[in-house]
Amino acid sequence: MSFSKTTSGRGVTVVKVEGQLIVGNRQELKALIQEAMEAGDRKFLIDCAQTAYIDSSGLGALVTISKKIRENGGELRLAGLNEDLRSLFELTKLDSLFHIAPTVDEALLGF
Amino acid sequence: MTAPLRLHLRRSGSEGRDGVVAVDLALPSDVDEVEPAVELMARHCFAGLVPCARTAFRLRVTLAEALTNAILRGNHEDPAKRVWVRAELTATAIRLSVRDEGDGCDVARRADPALPSDLEDDGGRGLFIIKSLADRVEFDDRGNTIWMTLPRC
Repeated sequence: MSFSKTTSGRGVTVVKVEGQLIVGNRQELKALIQEAMEAGDRKFLIDCAQTAYIDSSGLGALVTISKKIRENGGELRLAGLNEDLRSLFELTKLDSLFHIAPTVDEALLGF
Repeated sequence: MTAPLRLHLRRSGSEGRDGVVAVDLALPSDVDEVEPAVELMARHCFAGLVPCARTAFRLRVTLAEALTNAILRGNHEDPAKRVWVRAELTATAIRLSVRDEGDGCDVARRADPALPSDLEDDGGRGLFIIKSLADRVEFDDRGNTIWMTLPRC
């Protein structure tokens, strides 16, 4: 499991989640986003193309992160969810809470 | 440094019939052990098979949820307490059980965390997700053991 952070040409902070987002690494993701927000970043994209699975702890972390980013006047988008991950968001109705794009490139459009 | 997780495998049932293989694993009450435990169990549950992606996903998510519940809410991360996982494998199904040393949980709580009023809560989705992804979910009377049945494709 790992997270990697890059900045797109459009000034969007892109965080790639490889492996899983679960109870054991959710704090690491929260800390990474918090640090970027403190450095002035406001637009975030979480790239899930290499994410195998997310559990309720991971979903909860994304909800918390999204709230904090909005409170700071920013926006969080998700991209690259496979069919299973997408169904998890639909099941929990969290697809209505997040802007979810099929790919990173599509998510960056109009950000 | 924590010792690596060790599986215990045993085979039961009559030879030549549809025997059951049981895979047992005990782990400490440490959330860092969830991911290695899930991968270890997944590897053995699908040994010799090519699982469809959907089933592999369902097993990983439901097991991660149950282990997290057991460690955080059952054992309250008490390092003196352990969590036991068992997978009973037949040709067609995987029956997973997760048991902790806690006093049991209220299995009826948070029936639907997807209600609009609860959508922005950061917790409360675990049991809902398990019930949605597993074919069958059962609890013991005390509420500290959960059984989850999934197809083995």
